[in-house]
Amino acid sequence: MKLSRKTRETLAFWGFVGPFLIGLAVFAYLPIGWSVYLSFFDARNTVTPSVFVGLDNYAHMLTDGPFLASLGTFSVFALAIVPLTFVLSLALAAGVHQLRFARAFFRSVFFLPFACSYVVASLIWKTSLFSGVRYGLANTVLGLFGADPVAWTGTVDPPLYWIVLVTARLWLQLGFYMILFLAALQRIPGRLYEAAWLDGAKPAWQVFRHITLPQLRATSVAVLLLNLINAYQAFDEFYNIMGDSRGYPPFARPPLVYLYYTSLGSGGQDLGRGSAGAVLLALLIALVTLAQGRLFRFDRGALS
Amino acid sequence: MNSAVVKAALRWTALIVAAVLFLLPFYLLLRNGLASRAEITAPDWTLWPRQVHWENFSRLFSLEDVPFARSLLNSAVVATLQTLGLLVICSLAGYGFARIPYRHSKTVFYAVLATLMIPTSVTFVPSFVVVSTLGWLSDLRGLVIPGLFSAFSVFLFRQYFLDFPRELEEAGRVDGLTRWGVFRRIVVPNSRGFFAAIAVISVIGSWNAFLWPLIIAQSPDSWTVQVALSGLLTSQNPQLNLLFLAAAVSILPIVLLFAFLQRYLVRGVTESGLKG
Repeated sequence: MKLSRKTRETLAFWGFVGPFLIGLAVFAYLPIGWSVYLSFFDARNTVTPSVFVGLDNYAHMLTDGPFLASLGTFSVFALAIVPLTFVLSLALAAGVHQLRFARAFFRSVFFLPFACSYVVASLIWKTSLFSGVRYGLANTVLGLFGADPVAWTGTVDPPLYWIVLVTARLWLQLGFYMILFLAALQRIPGRLYEAAWLDGAKPAWQVFRHITLPQLRATSVAVLLLNLINAYQAFDEFYNIMGDSRGYPPFARPPLVYLYYTSLGSGGQDLGRGSAGAVLLALLIALVTLAQGRLFRFDRGALS
Repeated sequence: MNSAVVKAALRWTALIVAAVLFLLPFYLLLRNGLASRAEITAPDWTLWPRQVHWENFSRLFSLEDVPFARSLLNSAVVATLQTLGLLVICSLAGYGFARIPYRHSKTVFYAVLATLMIPTSVTFVPSFVVVSTLGWLSDLRGLVIPGLFSAFSVFLFRQYFLDFPRELEEAGRVDGLTRWGVFRRIVVPNSRGFFAAIAVISVIGSWNAFLWPLIIAQSPDSWTVQVALSGLLTSQNPQLNLLFLAAAVSILPIVLLFAFLQRYLVRGVTESGLKG
């Protein structure tokens, strides 16, 4: 039988795309559907729920102190990490970009932590840099000035644990965002700067503000969005820095850590409520992403 | 003139201070990993251990409660299999979306993109349910297979293949090659650099993954290196020097890979970050 050209192309398409789509169905669509389904059931210590509870799980999560607190924790974390990462990675990129030699060296040094895992960073931060005992590096430095040792991860008021969590993530991710900014800086046409100089040599800050920053617009949006989504998914460093053999303290639980302990952690194992929380979070991030899309499109219209 | 010199000096100072801060954690890994247990907790801080304890290596690899060597092997196997599988499956799909004319191609592609909107971490509970239903807990399949189907990688491959020179492919068609033949004999060999970029990113991501292996690898024999490290870290009374040495050993393969393939990695990050 001779197949028509169109049929052959259709078959080829499914041949190429099919294996991936089957996997996506099993490991993405099915879990999403299952999550929504489970969220309407009482599913404690089981994955085959029997008791339909309607919106009870949702009601519980929304009136549940720890879940709402985890959203608050995420907000504080995002408010610190997103602007800091933006400014510092741009500063590193600008610094490296202007170098005439040793550029590759500095780029590599700043990018190197990207090769490390959050677990490794957590170990260094928790047990060496910001260890609460006297020999910790931060406390050793403080000791040189005659200050007493500080319990970095255990101090809630003021919340010193944020210093540990935020600096660990900065070290790990600054290099990644620096690379994005470096690539964008290299693409800015030199004639733009020449034109600025011809218009009268302005101070460096003005050139940066009126030429460099607008040219970095697309990259800046990408950096902010990626950074926000990554902050929202925070788990590894929180789990390893704040948790220990006795469990996890009641403060500084971002959503993912809270959901992990609710649905899979020892004791809880409440998959119904965990799923309801997951669905709520998915809705929340979809909303934020859409709002952000709106915001940036509006902004673009205003600029052009 | 003078102010230019001052500015340059300030810039160099800032960069050097930043570089020292960025390298400090790596130094701590080595310093603490080669020290004795008492020296790490000693109140007087020394820059380098008074005596280097090489025997920490053999002690690390003979720990009883944490099979460290086994965890390294598991991570290597998972990273290798996952990367190879991902390259095959996602490059095929990306090529299909980019090049093969089909009426509903756009619709299917949007359905794939939609899964990117839902963060993988939010679906970890039901994904765990799926994997445990399949009986893949504490099993290589549970660690490797769910990671093969990356919508983001498909997206990157599609963007890349859209820019692939059509003339090369047409020459192949004229020579009588099928779609598959064109892909295998012309497209893939001419895209080695891009495949390498995706491979490096995949290996690093796979090696450093924590949440998924933490959930799936429940028996110590199936632990990946990150789960083993975390187990050492959160256990009661950890042996800090061995823990630091373990961390140093765990980053060594990735740092080496990084050193040799940084060129590809930078390109991959640049392309993925800007188009994503």
